[in-house]
Amino acid sequence: MNANPMDAASNAEPTAASAWRQETLTRRVAGFFLRDRRAMVGMILLVVMLFAAFVGPRLVPYEPDQPNVRNRFAAPSWSHWMGTDRSGRDLLSRVLAGASVSFRVAIGAALLALLIGAPLGAVTSYIGGLVDDVTQRCMDAIIAFPARLLAIVLVVLMGPSVVSLWFAIAFSSIPRYARIVRGSVLDQKEREYVEAAHAIGEGRLAILFLYILPNVLPPLAVQVTLDFASAVTVEASLSFLGLGLVPPTISWGGLLNDAQQWLEEAPWLAIFPGAALALTVLSFVLIGDAIRDHLDPRTRRRGGLR
Amino acid sequence: MIRYTLLRALQMIPTVLLVTVAVFVLIIIIPGDPVLSMLGYYADDVTAVPHEIYDRMFRELRLDRPVPIQYLYWLGDALQGDFGKSVVFRVPVIDVVLSRVPATLYLGTASLLIAIVVAVPFGVWAAVKNDTWVDHLASGFVLFGVAVPGFWFGMIVILVFAIYLGWLPSIGYVAPQEDFLRFLKHLIMPATVLGLDVAANILRFQRTDFLDQLHQDYVRTARAKGLPGQLVIWKHVLKNSLIATVTVVGLNTARLLGGSTIIETLFSYPGLSRLLIEAIYARDFPVIQAVVLWMVVLVVIVNFFVDLIYAYLNPRIRYTTA
Repeated sequence: MNANPMDAASNAEPTAASAWRQETLTRRVAGFFLRDRRAMVGMILLVVMLFAAFVGPRLVPYEPDQPNVRNRFAAPSWSHWMGTDRSGRDLLSRVLAGASVSFRVAIGAALLALLIGAPLGAVTSYIGGLVDDVTQRCMDAIIAFPARLLAIVLVVLMGPSVVSLWFAIAFSSIPRYARIVRGSVLDQKEREYVEAAHAIGEGRLAILFLYILPNVLPPLAVQVTLDFASAVTVEASLSFLGLGLVPPTISWGGLLNDAQQWLEEAPWLAIFPGAALALTVLSFVLIGDAIRDHLDPRTRRRGGLR
Repeated sequence: MIRYTLLRALQMIPTVLLVTVAVFVLIIIIPGDPVLSMLGYYADDVTAVPHEIYDRMFRELRLDRPVPIQYLYWLGDALQGDFGKSVVFRVPVIDVVLSRVPATLYLGTASLLIAIVVAVPFGVWAAVKNDTWVDHLASGFVLFGVAVPGFWFGMIVILVFAIYLGWLPSIGYVAPQEDFLRFLKHLIMPATVLGLDVAANILRFQRTDFLDQLHQDYVRTARAKGLPGQLVIWKHVLKNSLIATVTVVGLNTARLLGGSTIIETLFSYPGLSRLLIEAIYARDFPVIQAVVLWMVVLVVIVNFFVDLIYAYLNPRIRYTTA
């Protein structure tokens, strides 16, 4: 799984060159997004979606929950760009409201998984021995659960709320972070710069967090980005199944669930929330893929048939 | 190979045990009184249940024993296929579960077949025609498969093929022994939708690995000794690139055979995942336990076989691990 996609980063001496790296990091990141077409498209999409989620609701003239019985199932028009639903509520306002819910859940879930998984993998692999073995077996058990199944079971146990969705969605990704970090720590532990840090009297935790962890950041960044994408989908699936956030909270999955009954009469109810969902997932996937390919030396040297 | 097989089989045991513990714990940590939920009461109103019945159920569930003992009893029963009685259907859980297995297996197999038939040749084609329109089309397909959520794609497909064109029934299931043609008509849409993101996954790996293989030394050697280009591609490269494909297919097999809650719900398809959702709505916890256990054990077993096939195809694995 972890084919060490960060050789490029780890070859640099982490402490000696850190000032230089700090200075050029911003420029390198900016350059990357400008050069890579996928990353740029993904970034633009993401910015648009974020704007829609956090500024959009203030720009639309309708409240997402405001019914209008005289204007039920109105097809998309100039006054209602995405049409209206069964009680005449403006779909655009509802999709925008759903966006901020989606982002809050997805970002929380991905960060939670990172914050639990990465330190877990770092500490247990650094300690090694029985602790490491036991943790590994637990991670195996978690991985055996299909991600969506685990999320469903957990959300049923904890009840629907934003926080329980964070945990339910994050749980199945914890092993992925633990493994990425573990692989890198085991790989880096034996390197000379770690030995050198030992020699100058750095403590074990300091070595782990100040010397080794910075080298694991690139693959973690890829994982977080891809996790945003899957978290958005899982949240929508849960709400679609009626297990996630329930009305009056508006979520894309809930909108799609509603739309299901009126597919024939009002197809726009299904088309727009789904498109918003797909574009959001697409933005994260594009960015994640681009970073991963950038970090993986195998894809960089790969050409066609010659 | 035998040594590797045994070693790998032993590794499954702790995983499966941990999974059973997790599934058993489900019933303990559910909010509310397990006796009441077994009897089908939602509220925690103990007074609504006659004392004798409550006490009998309490003993039947062995709630008077310590938790680890409860677990051992439960595990023993589960190993014999006894998961208790369904709260909703009032029949043994195992019967309810088994009645739903065929539908899910048909759907999983069909979608896997669709995915392989589409993805493997397309992946090879994209790799051979690297950086041409074929390759770009393939990348577009991968992005589409990964980004577009199944339930949305499913709705669009229903909209087009069932509502507008009227070619296919939008929901439901017909058993193959009843009417094979109608069975296929009901199967094709959910199977295609379910197969889409698996196809995208397989295609992505197939393409990348094929490209990787094209640049290996053995390809240059084969070319250098005068073998024609087509022969090298079809005989040597394809065979080697299938190793990665087998792994991806295997990992997805486990997922597909467990069924998809989303797709089965959307198409009202009476499979295992639909059963799980119904059981969740009805708080039918013994059924939930059995279905979850089935799905997870399936993953573990399928992964075991995937590893064996992988080791068989790639000798380096079996020698370094064993």
